Amino acid sequence: MSSPSWPGCVTDRRALIGGLLAVMLVRPTAATPEALEEAILDFTKGTAPQVGGVVLDIPPLVENGNTVPVSVEVESPMTEAEHVRAIGLFNERNPLPHVLTAKLGPWSGEARIGTRIRLSNTQRLVAVAAMSDGSYRFGEAQVIVTLAACVEG
Amino acid sequence: MARTLLRVPATVTRGEVVEIRTLIQHPMETGFRSGENGRMLSRDIIRRFTCLYNNRPVFEAELHPAIAANPYLTFTLRVDESGILAFTWEGDNGFSQTETRTLTVA
Amino acid sequence: MRQLAAAALAALTLGAAPRSGFETMTPELQAMQRDDLANPGMLYVADGEALWAQEGCGSCHAVAAMRGVAARYPALDAASQTPIDLTDRIAQCREARQGKPALPPEAAPMLALAAFVAHQSRGMPLQPDAQLEGARRQGEALFRERRGQLNLSCAQCHDDNAGRKLAGSTIPEGHANGYPLYRLEWQGLGSLQRRLRNCIAGVRSEPYPPGAPEYVALEAYLAARARGLVVESPAVRP
Repeated sequence: MSSPSWPGCVTDRRALIGGLLAVMLVRPTAATPEALEEAILDFTKGTAPQVGGVVLDIPPLVENGNTVPVSVEVESPMTEAEHVRAIGLFNERNPLPHVLTAKLGPWSGEARIGTRIRLSNTQRLVAVAAMSDGSYRFGEAQVIVTLAACVEG
Repeated sequence: MARTLLRVPATVTRGEVVEIRTLIQHPMETGFRSGENGRMLSRDIIRRFTCLYNNRPVFEAELHPAIAANPYLTFTLRVDESGILAFTWEGDNGFSQTETRTLTVA
Repeated sequence: MRQLAAAALAALTLGAAPRSGFETMTPELQAMQRDDLANPGMLYVADGEALWAQEGCGSCHAVAAMRGVAARYPALDAASQTPIDLTDRIAQCREARQGKPALPPEAAPMLALAAFVAHQSRGMPLQPDAQLEGARRQGEALFRERRGQLNLSCAQCHDDNAGRKLAGSTIPEGHANGYPLYRLEWQGLGSLQRRLRNCIAGVRSEPYPPGAPEYVALEAYLAARARGLVVESPAVRP
Protein backbone atom coordinates (compact mmCIF):
# COMPACT_ATOMS: atom_id res chain seq x y z
CA MET A 1 0.00 0.00 0.00
CA SER A 2 1.47 3.35 -0.93
CA SER A 3 1.46 6.04 1.73
CA PRO A 4 -0.96 8.88 1.19
CA SER A 5 0.84 12.15 0.60
CA TRP A 6 -0.95 13.95 3.42
CA PRO A 7 0.03 12.29 6.70
CA GLY A 8 -2.89 13.65 8.69
CA CYS A 9 -5.30 11.57 6.64
CA VAL A 10 -3.58 8.23 7.08
CA THR A 11 -5.73 6.87 9.87
CA ASP A 12 -9.05 7.99 8.44
CA ARG A 13 -8.27 6.76 4.99
CA ARG A 14 -7.01 3.38 6.13
CA ALA A 15 -10.01 2.99 8.38
CA LEU A 16 -12.30 3.80 5.50
CA ILE A 17 -10.64 1.35 3.18
CA GLY A 18 -10.71 -1.29 5.88
CA GLY A 19 -14.36 -0.64 6.54
CA LEU A 20 -15.16 -0.78 2.87
CA LEU A 21 -13.33 -4.06 2.49
CA ALA A 22 -15.28 -5.50 5.38
CA VAL A 23 -18.55 -4.37 3.85
CA MET A 24 -17.79 -5.48 0.33
CA LEU A 25 -15.96 -8.72 0.65
CA VAL A 26 -17.80 -11.94 1.12
CA ARG A 27 -14.50 -13.80 1.27
CA PRO A 28 -12.21 -11.76 3.51
CA THR A 29 -9.12 -13.61 2.22
CA ALA A 30 -9.56 -12.38 -1.37
CA ALA A 31 -7.82 -9.02 -1.23
CA THR A 32 -9.17 -6.56 -3.77
CA PRO A 33 -6.67 -4.21 -5.38
CA GLU A 34 -6.36 -0.96 -3.56
CA ALA A 35 -6.89 1.05 -6.72
CA LEU A 36 -10.49 -0.12 -7.01
CA GLU A 37 -11.26 0.87 -3.43
CA GLU A 38 -9.48 4.20 -3.88
CA ALA A 39 -11.47 4.96 -7.03
CA ILE A 40 -14.73 4.11 -5.29
CA LEU A 41 -13.88 6.24 -2.24
CA ASP A 42 -12.95 9.07 -4.55
CA PHE A 43 -16.38 8.80 -6.19
CA THR A 44 -18.19 8.65 -2.82
CA LYS A 45 -15.99 11.38 -1.32
CA GLY A 46 -14.90 9.00 1.39
CA THR A 47 -18.29 7.54 2.33
CA ALA A 48 -18.54 3.77 2.48
CA PRO A 49 -21.35 2.64 0.16
CA GLN A 50 -24.02 0.25 1.41
CA VAL A 51 -24.77 -2.92 -0.47
CA GLY A 52 -28.14 -3.39 -2.20
CA GLY A 53 -30.53 -1.70 -4.56
CA VAL A 54 -28.01 -1.64 -7.41
CA VAL A 55 -28.21 -4.34 -10.05
CA LEU A 56 -25.16 -4.78 -12.26
CA ASP A 57 -26.15 -6.91 -15.21
CA ILE A 58 -23.29 -8.48 -17.14
CA PRO A 59 -22.90 -11.95 -18.66
CA PRO A 60 -21.13 -14.17 -16.10
CA LEU A 61 -19.10 -15.78 -18.88
CA VAL A 62 -17.63 -13.57 -21.59
CA GLU A 63 -16.32 -14.90 -24.91
CA ASN A 64 -14.21 -11.86 -25.67
CA GLY A 65 -13.26 -9.15 -23.25
CA ASN A 66 -13.07 -6.45 -25.92
CA THR A 67 -16.79 -5.66 -25.98
CA VAL A 68 -18.88 -6.75 -23.03
CA PRO A 69 -22.46 -5.46 -22.72
CA VAL A 70 -23.21 -4.21 -19.21
CA SER A 71 -26.10 -2.37 -17.61
CA VAL A 72 -26.67 -0.83 -14.20
CA GLU A 73 -30.11 -0.32 -12.71
CA VAL A 74 -30.73 1.37 -9.38
CA GLU A 75 -33.93 1.07 -7.35
CA SER A 76 -35.29 4.58 -6.98
CA PRO A 77 -38.60 6.39 -7.54
CA MET A 78 -36.57 9.09 -9.36
CA THR A 79 -38.60 11.97 -7.89
CA GLU A 80 -37.31 15.43 -6.93
CA ALA A 81 -37.17 14.29 -3.32
CA GLU A 82 -35.61 10.90 -3.90
CA HIS A 83 -33.45 10.08 -6.88
CA VAL A 84 -30.10 8.85 -8.11
CA ARG A 85 -27.64 11.68 -8.82
CA ALA A 86 -24.86 9.64 -10.37
CA ILE A 87 -23.72 6.12 -11.16
CA GLY A 88 -20.07 5.06 -11.17
CA LEU A 89 -18.83 1.83 -12.67
CA PHE A 90 -15.48 0.43 -11.57
CA ASN A 91 -13.36 -2.64 -12.25
CA GLU A 92 -10.73 -4.56 -10.42
CA ARG A 93 -8.17 -5.79 -12.93
CA ASN A 94 -7.99 -3.45 -15.93
CA PRO A 95 -5.04 -1.05 -16.05
CA LEU A 96 -7.29 1.66 -14.60
CA PRO A 97 -10.12 1.12 -12.10
CA HIS A 98 -12.51 3.59 -13.77
CA VAL A 99 -14.99 2.59 -16.46
CA LEU A 100 -17.71 5.22 -16.54
CA THR A 101 -19.39 7.81 -14.36
CA ALA A 102 -22.79 9.12 -15.35
CA LYS A 103 -24.88 11.96 -13.98
CA LEU A 104 -28.63 11.64 -13.95
CA GLY A 105 -31.58 13.18 -12.13
CA PRO A 106 -35.33 13.02 -11.53
CA TRP A 107 -35.86 13.89 -15.21
CA SER A 108 -34.28 10.54 -16.10
CA GLY A 109 -37.49 8.79 -15.03
CA GLU A 110 -35.58 5.60 -14.29
CA ALA A 111 -32.06 5.00 -13.04
CA ARG A 112 -30.84 2.69 -15.77
CA ILE A 113 -27.76 3.01 -17.96
CA GLY A 114 -26.06 0.65 -20.37
CA THR A 115 -22.77 0.49 -22.22
CA ARG A 116 -20.12 -1.94 -23.47
CA ILE A 117 -16.84 -2.32 -21.71
CA ARG A 118 -13.41 -3.90 -21.99
CA LEU A 119 -12.28 -6.50 -19.50
CA SER A 120 -8.63 -7.48 -19.50
CA ASN A 121 -9.22 -10.49 -17.32
CA THR A 122 -11.59 -12.47 -15.14
CA GLN A 123 -12.55 -10.01 -12.43
CA ARG A 124 -15.06 -8.26 -10.23
CA LEU A 125 -17.00 -5.16 -11.24
CA VAL A 126 -18.60 -2.70 -8.85
CA ALA A 127 -21.36 -0.20 -9.63
CA VAL A 128 -21.94 2.58 -7.12
CA ALA A 129 -24.98 4.86 -7.04
CA ALA A 130 -24.92 8.34 -5.48
CA MET A 131 -28.36 8.92 -3.97
CA SER A 132 -29.99 12.33 -3.54
CA ASP A 133 -29.90 12.00 0.28
CA GLY A 134 -26.09 11.87 0.17
CA SER A 135 -25.86 8.13 0.73
CA TYR A 136 -24.17 5.66 -1.61
CA ARG A 137 -25.23 2.17 -2.59
CA PHE A 138 -23.42 -0.49 -4.55
CA GLY A 139 -23.87 -3.74 -6.43
CA GLU A 140 -21.23 -6.02 -7.85
CA ALA A 141 -20.70 -8.82 -10.33
CA GLN A 142 -18.04 -11.40 -10.98
CA VAL A 143 -17.16 -12.03 -14.63
CA ILE A 144 -15.15 -14.83 -16.19
CA VAL A 145 -13.43 -13.84 -19.41
CA THR A 146 -12.46 -16.58 -21.83
CA LEU A 147 -10.48 -15.15 -24.69
CA ALA A 148 -11.05 -16.39 -28.20
CA ALA A 149 -8.57 -19.12 -29.00
CA CYS A 150 -7.55 -17.75 -32.40
CA VAL A 151 -6.32 -14.29 -31.51
CA GLU A 152 -4.87 -12.24 -34.29
CA GLY A 153 -1.08 -12.42 -34.31
CA MET B 1 -17.31 13.26 -38.94
CA ALA B 2 -17.69 10.04 -37.06
CA ARG B 3 -20.66 7.89 -37.99
CA THR B 4 -23.36 7.70 -35.32
CA LEU B 5 -26.48 5.61 -34.85
CA LEU B 6 -29.14 6.99 -32.52
CA ARG B 7 -32.38 5.49 -31.33
CA VAL B 8 -34.79 8.19 -30.27
CA PRO B 9 -38.54 7.53 -30.51
CA ALA B 10 -40.15 9.99 -32.92
CA THR B 11 -43.34 10.51 -30.93
CA VAL B 12 -43.99 9.88 -27.27
CA THR B 13 -46.87 10.45 -24.88
CA ARG B 14 -46.46 13.11 -22.21
CA GLY B 15 -44.71 11.82 -19.11
CA GLU B 16 -43.45 8.69 -20.85
CA VAL B 17 -40.00 7.41 -19.91
CA VAL B 18 -38.06 6.62 -23.08
CA GLU B 19 -34.80 4.78 -23.52
CA ILE B 20 -32.28 6.51 -25.75
CA ARG B 21 -29.46 4.55 -27.35
CA THR B 22 -26.35 5.99 -28.94
CA LEU B 23 -23.54 4.40 -30.89
CA ILE B 24 -20.57 6.28 -32.35
CA GLN B 25 -17.66 5.13 -34.49
CA HIS B 26 -14.43 5.66 -32.53
CA PRO B 27 -11.39 3.43 -31.89
CA MET B 28 -11.18 4.24 -28.14
CA GLU B 29 -7.43 3.62 -28.25
CA THR B 30 -6.57 2.90 -24.64
CA GLY B 31 -2.99 4.17 -24.45
CA PHE B 32 -2.00 0.77 -23.06
CA ARG B 33 -1.46 -1.03 -26.35
CA SER B 34 1.66 -1.25 -28.45
CA GLY B 35 1.40 -0.93 -32.19
CA GLU B 36 3.87 -1.77 -34.93
CA ASN B 37 7.54 -1.73 -33.87
CA GLY B 38 6.44 -2.21 -30.28
CA ARG B 39 5.72 1.48 -29.82
CA MET B 40 2.95 2.42 -27.44
CA LEU B 41 -0.07 3.89 -29.22
CA SER B 42 -1.04 7.13 -27.57
CA ARG B 43 -4.43 7.37 -25.93
CA ASP B 44 -7.26 8.49 -28.18
CA ILE B 45 -10.62 8.17 -26.47
CA ILE B 46 -13.94 9.94 -26.17
CA ARG B 47 -13.82 11.35 -22.65
CA ARG B 48 -17.20 12.91 -22.29
CA PHE B 49 -20.73 12.49 -23.56
CA THR B 50 -23.55 14.91 -22.85
CA CYS B 51 -27.20 15.01 -23.82
CA LEU B 52 -29.10 18.29 -23.66
CA TYR B 53 -32.88 18.42 -23.90
CA ASN B 54 -34.04 21.88 -24.91
CA ASN B 55 -30.62 23.09 -23.77
CA ARG B 56 -30.95 21.53 -20.33
CA PRO B 57 -28.42 18.80 -19.44
CA VAL B 58 -30.30 15.53 -18.90
CA PHE B 59 -27.45 13.05 -19.08
CA GLU B 60 -23.69 13.29 -18.78
CA ALA B 61 -21.09 10.57 -18.83
CA GLU B 62 -17.36 10.52 -18.32
CA LEU B 63 -15.74 7.74 -20.32
CA HIS B 64 -12.48 5.94 -19.60
CA PRO B 65 -10.29 3.63 -21.72
CA ALA B 66 -12.28 0.65 -20.41
CA ILE B 67 -15.18 1.66 -22.65
CA ALA B 68 -15.20 -0.58 -25.75
CA ALA B 69 -14.37 0.70 -29.24
CA ASN B 70 -17.35 2.35 -30.96
CA PRO B 71 -18.89 3.52 -27.67
CA TYR B 72 -22.45 2.46 -27.00
CA LEU B 73 -24.46 4.28 -24.33
CA THR B 74 -28.06 3.91 -23.26
CA PHE B 75 -29.97 6.02 -20.76
CA THR B 76 -33.53 7.03 -19.97
CA LEU B 77 -35.45 10.29 -20.07
CA ARG B 78 -38.94 11.30 -18.95
CA VAL B 79 -40.45 13.42 -21.67
CA ASP B 80 -42.82 16.19 -20.59
CA GLU B 81 -42.63 18.46 -23.64
CA SER B 82 -41.65 18.37 -27.30
CA GLY B 83 -38.14 19.52 -27.99
CA ILE B 84 -34.68 18.99 -29.33
CA LEU B 85 -32.17 16.50 -28.04
CA ALA B 86 -28.53 17.43 -28.63
CA PHE B 87 -25.92 14.71 -28.20
CA THR B 88 -22.26 15.74 -27.90
CA TRP B 89 -19.20 13.52 -27.77
CA GLU B 90 -15.87 15.11 -26.84
CA GLY B 91 -12.47 13.52 -26.55
CA ASP B 92 -8.74 13.42 -27.11
CA ASN B 93 -7.10 15.15 -30.07
CA GLY B 94 -9.83 17.75 -30.21
CA PHE B 95 -12.59 15.27 -30.98
CA SER B 96 -15.99 16.93 -30.80
CA GLN B 97 -19.23 16.02 -32.49
CA THR B 98 -22.84 17.00 -31.95
CA GLU B 99 -25.97 15.38 -33.36
CA THR B 100 -29.52 16.54 -32.80
CA ARG B 101 -32.91 14.80 -32.89
CA THR B 102 -36.43 16.06 -32.43
CA LEU B 103 -38.78 14.52 -29.89
CA THR B 104 -42.47 15.19 -30.33
CA VAL B 105 -45.02 14.78 -27.56
CA ALA B 106 -48.18 13.48 -29.21
CA MET C 1 -15.54 -51.88 -37.27
CA ARG C 2 -14.41 -48.70 -35.60
CA GLN C 3 -13.48 -47.30 -39.01
CA LEU C 4 -16.91 -48.13 -40.33
CA ALA C 5 -18.54 -46.38 -37.40
CA ALA C 6 -16.32 -43.35 -37.93
CA ALA C 7 -17.20 -43.28 -41.62
CA ALA C 8 -20.90 -43.52 -40.82
CA LEU C 9 -20.56 -40.71 -38.31
CA ALA C 10 -18.66 -38.58 -40.82
CA ALA C 11 -21.40 -39.17 -43.38
CA LEU C 12 -23.99 -38.16 -40.82
CA THR C 13 -22.07 -35.02 -39.93
CA LEU C 14 -21.61 -34.09 -43.56
CA GLY C 15 -25.28 -34.68 -44.19
CA ALA C 16 -26.32 -32.47 -41.29
CA ALA C 17 -27.57 -28.98 -42.04
CA PRO C 18 -24.87 -26.34 -41.61
CA ARG C 19 -25.05 -24.36 -38.39
CA SER C 20 -24.17 -20.68 -38.42
CA GLY C 21 -21.64 -19.41 -35.90
CA PHE C 22 -24.50 -17.23 -34.69
CA GLU C 23 -26.10 -20.28 -33.07
CA THR C 24 -23.16 -20.95 -30.76
CA MET C 25 -22.71 -17.37 -29.56
CA THR C 26 -23.91 -16.18 -26.16
CA PRO C 27 -27.42 -14.65 -26.05
CA GLU C 28 -25.79 -11.24 -25.40
CA LEU C 29 -23.79 -11.37 -28.63
CA GLN C 30 -26.77 -12.69 -30.56
CA ALA C 31 -28.77 -9.72 -29.30
CA MET C 32 -25.96 -7.37 -30.36
CA GLN C 33 -26.08 -8.73 -33.92
CA ARG C 34 -29.87 -8.76 -34.17
CA ASP C 35 -30.45 -5.17 -33.11
CA ASP C 36 -29.44 -2.75 -35.86
CA LEU C 37 -28.99 0.05 -33.34
CA ALA C 38 -26.67 -2.08 -31.22
CA ASN C 39 -24.78 -3.90 -33.99
CA PRO C 40 -21.54 -1.92 -34.46
CA GLY C 41 -21.24 -3.36 -37.97
CA MET C 42 -24.15 -1.12 -38.93
CA LEU C 43 -21.89 1.93 -38.50
CA TYR C 44 -19.87 0.63 -41.44
CA VAL C 45 -22.99 -0.20 -43.45
CA ALA C 46 -24.05 3.43 -42.97
CA ASP C 47 -20.59 4.51 -44.14
CA GLY C 48 -21.00 2.27 -47.18
CA GLU C 49 -24.39 3.76 -47.97
CA ALA C 50 -22.86 7.26 -47.93
CA LEU C 51 -19.97 6.09 -50.13
CA TRP C 52 -22.38 4.40 -52.54
CA ALA C 53 -24.00 7.78 -53.15
CA GLN C 54 -20.78 9.77 -53.10
CA GLU C 55 -18.92 7.47 -55.50
CA GLY C 56 -21.77 7.43 -57.99
CA CYS C 57 -22.52 3.70 -57.73
CA GLY C 58 -26.18 4.66 -58.00
CA SER C 59 -25.80 6.02 -61.54
CA CYS C 60 -25.66 2.41 -62.80
CA HIS C 61 -27.12 0.30 -59.97
CA ALA C 62 -30.34 0.64 -58.04
CA VAL C 63 -29.75 -0.33 -54.42
CA ALA C 64 -32.70 -2.73 -54.69
CA ALA C 65 -30.86 -4.57 -57.48
CA MET C 66 -28.10 -5.39 -55.00
CA ARG C 67 -30.47 -7.67 -53.12
CA GLY C 68 -29.22 -11.23 -53.50
CA VAL C 69 -25.89 -10.28 -55.06
CA ALA C 70 -23.71 -11.09 -52.06
CA ALA C 71 -25.50 -14.45 -51.68
CA ARG C 72 -24.16 -15.49 -55.11
CA TYR C 73 -20.50 -14.54 -54.57
CA PRO C 74 -17.78 -15.62 -55.22
CA ALA C 75 -18.86 -15.83 -58.84
CA LEU C 76 -17.33 -16.44 -62.25
CA ASP C 77 -16.15 -13.25 -63.91
CA ALA C 78 -17.36 -13.55 -67.48
CA ALA C 79 -14.56 -11.50 -69.04
CA SER C 80 -11.59 -13.20 -67.37
CA GLN C 81 -13.30 -16.56 -66.76
CA THR C 82 -11.82 -16.54 -63.25
CA PRO C 83 -13.61 -16.68 -59.92
CA ILE C 84 -13.85 -13.35 -58.10
CA ASP C 85 -15.29 -12.38 -54.75
CA LEU C 86 -17.55 -9.46 -53.91
CA THR C 87 -14.64 -7.15 -53.07
CA ASP C 88 -12.95 -8.01 -56.38
CA ARG C 89 -16.21 -7.19 -58.14
CA ILE C 90 -16.52 -3.80 -56.46
CA ALA C 91 -12.86 -3.07 -57.26
CA GLN C 92 -13.41 -4.05 -60.91
CA CYS C 93 -16.45 -1.81 -61.15
CA ARG C 94 -14.53 1.08 -59.69
CA GLU C 95 -11.30 0.71 -61.64
CA ALA C 96 -12.43 -0.62 -65.04
CA ARG C 97 -15.86 1.00 -65.35
CA GLN C 98 -15.53 4.19 -63.34
CA GLY C 99 -11.84 4.72 -64.12
CA LYS C 100 -11.13 5.54 -60.48
CA PRO C 101 -7.97 4.71 -58.57
CA ALA C 102 -7.95 1.37 -56.76
CA LEU C 103 -9.01 1.18 -53.12
CA PRO C 104 -6.85 -0.98 -50.87
CA PRO C 105 -8.92 -4.16 -50.49
CA GLU C 106 -9.17 -4.04 -46.71
CA ALA C 107 -9.15 -0.30 -46.12
CA ALA C 108 -12.22 1.25 -44.53
CA PRO C 109 -13.94 2.49 -47.73
CA MET C 110 -13.80 -0.89 -49.48
CA LEU C 111 -14.99 -2.72 -46.36
CA ALA C 112 -17.80 -0.23 -45.97
CA LEU C 113 -18.95 -0.60 -49.59
CA ALA C 114 -18.78 -4.40 -49.32
CA ALA C 115 -20.73 -4.26 -46.05
CA PHE C 116 -23.41 -2.07 -47.61
CA VAL C 117 -23.79 -4.34 -50.64
CA ALA C 118 -23.70 -7.53 -48.56
CA HIS C 119 -26.25 -6.11 -46.13
CA GLN C 120 -28.79 -5.86 -48.98
CA SER C 121 -28.82 -9.68 -49.07
CA ARG C 122 -29.32 -10.15 -45.35
CA GLY C 123 -31.71 -13.01 -44.67
CA MET C 124 -31.32 -14.53 -48.15
CA PRO C 125 -29.97 -18.08 -48.48
CA LEU C 126 -26.50 -18.48 -49.95
CA GLN C 127 -26.66 -19.54 -53.58
CA PRO C 128 -23.19 -20.70 -54.55
CA ASP C 129 -22.29 -20.19 -58.21
CA ALA C 130 -22.46 -23.59 -59.92
CA GLN C 131 -19.89 -22.49 -62.51
CA LEU C 132 -17.20 -22.42 -59.83
CA GLU C 133 -16.88 -26.20 -59.56
CA GLY C 134 -13.13 -26.08 -60.26
CA ALA C 135 -12.45 -23.40 -57.67
CA ARG C 136 -14.73 -25.14 -55.20
CA ARG C 137 -12.80 -28.39 -55.58
CA GLN C 138 -9.48 -26.59 -55.20
CA GLY C 139 -10.84 -24.82 -52.12
CA GLU C 140 -12.02 -28.09 -50.60
CA ALA C 141 -8.57 -29.60 -51.11
CA LEU C 142 -7.01 -26.59 -49.38
CA PHE C 143 -9.58 -26.87 -46.58
CA ARG C 144 -8.55 -30.49 -45.97
CA GLU C 145 -4.80 -29.96 -46.38
CA ARG C 146 -2.74 -30.09 -43.20
CA ARG C 147 -0.50 -27.08 -42.88
CA GLY C 148 1.82 -25.10 -40.66
CA GLN C 149 3.87 -26.00 -37.62
CA LEU C 150 0.74 -27.26 -35.91
CA ASN C 151 0.09 -29.51 -38.91
CA LEU C 152 -3.65 -28.85 -38.81
CA SER C 153 -6.17 -28.57 -41.61
CA CYS C 154 -9.22 -26.30 -41.51
CA ALA C 155 -11.36 -29.45 -41.53
CA GLN C 156 -9.77 -30.88 -38.39
CA CYS C 157 -11.18 -28.03 -36.34
CA HIS C 158 -14.25 -26.89 -38.24
CA ASP C 159 -15.59 -30.26 -39.46
CA ASP C 160 -14.24 -32.84 -37.04
CA ASN C 161 -14.36 -30.83 -33.81
CA ALA C 162 -16.96 -28.14 -34.39
CA GLY C 163 -19.06 -27.54 -31.30
CA ARG C 164 -16.26 -28.67 -28.99
CA LYS C 165 -13.96 -26.33 -27.10
CA LEU C 166 -10.59 -24.92 -28.05
CA ALA C 167 -9.38 -23.37 -24.81
CA GLY C 168 -12.43 -21.42 -23.61
CA SER C 169 -14.01 -20.91 -27.01
CA THR C 170 -16.55 -23.02 -28.84
CA ILE C 171 -15.19 -24.10 -32.21
CA PRO C 172 -17.66 -22.89 -34.83
CA GLU C 173 -18.36 -24.76 -38.05
CA GLY C 174 -16.53 -21.94 -39.76
CA HIS C 175 -19.22 -20.72 -42.14
CA ALA C 176 -18.65 -17.52 -44.06
CA ASN C 177 -22.21 -16.23 -44.19
CA GLY C 178 -21.82 -12.92 -42.38
CA TYR C 179 -18.87 -11.10 -43.96
CA PRO C 180 -17.74 -8.41 -43.79
CA LEU C 181 -18.35 -8.86 -40.07
CA TYR C 182 -17.68 -7.06 -36.82
CA ARG C 183 -15.32 -9.20 -34.84
CA LEU C 184 -14.84 -8.24 -31.22
CA GLU C 185 -11.26 -9.46 -31.45
CA TRP C 186 -10.63 -6.88 -34.18
CA GLN C 187 -12.71 -4.18 -32.51
CA GLY C 188 -13.83 -3.41 -36.02
CA LEU C 189 -15.17 -4.70 -39.31
CA GLY C 190 -13.08 -7.16 -41.30
CA SER C 191 -13.15 -9.25 -44.45
CA LEU C 192 -13.29 -13.01 -44.91
CA GLN C 193 -9.75 -12.91 -46.33
CA ARG C 194 -8.54 -11.31 -43.12
CA ARG C 195 -10.19 -14.12 -41.17
CA LEU C 196 -8.62 -16.74 -43.40
CA ARG C 197 -5.20 -15.15 -42.91
CA ASN C 198 -5.75 -15.27 -39.14
CA CYS C 199 -6.68 -18.94 -39.27
CA ILE C 200 -3.69 -19.80 -41.47
CA ALA C 201 -1.34 -17.87 -39.19
CA GLY C 202 -3.08 -19.48 -36.21
CA VAL C 203 -1.85 -22.93 -37.23
CA ARG C 204 1.55 -21.28 -37.80
CA SER C 205 1.48 -21.51 -41.55
CA GLU C 206 2.51 -18.84 -44.01
CA PRO C 207 -0.57 -16.95 -45.25
CA TYR C 208 -0.97 -16.61 -49.03
CA PRO C 209 -0.10 -13.18 -50.37
CA PRO C 210 -2.99 -10.68 -50.46
CA GLY C 211 -5.35 -11.33 -53.37
CA ALA C 212 -3.96 -14.84 -54.03
CA PRO C 213 -6.35 -17.14 -55.96
CA GLU C 214 -6.24 -19.62 -53.07
CA TYR C 215 -8.39 -17.27 -50.99
CA VAL C 216 -11.12 -17.10 -53.61
CA ALA C 217 -10.95 -20.89 -54.01
CA LEU C 218 -11.43 -21.27 -50.25
CA GLU C 219 -14.27 -18.73 -50.37
CA ALA C 220 -15.92 -20.73 -53.18
CA TYR C 221 -15.71 -23.92 -51.12
CA LEU C 222 -16.94 -22.17 -47.98
CA ALA C 223 -19.94 -20.82 -49.88
CA ALA C 224 -20.85 -24.31 -51.12
CA ARG C 225 -20.24 -25.76 -47.66
CA ALA C 226 -22.59 -23.21 -46.06
CA ARG C 227 -25.38 -23.88 -48.58
CA GLY C 228 -28.74 -23.23 -46.95
CA LEU C 229 -27.50 -20.69 -44.42
CA VAL C 230 -28.68 -17.13 -44.83
CA VAL C 231 -26.55 -14.02 -45.26
CA GLU C 232 -26.09 -12.27 -41.89
CA SER C 233 -23.93 -9.34 -42.99
CA PRO C 234 -22.83 -7.52 -40.97
CA ALA C 235 -22.56 -10.39 -38.50
CA VAL C 236 -21.06 -9.99 -35.04
CA ARG C 237 -18.59 -12.63 -33.85
CA PRO C 238 -16.37 -12.91 -30.77
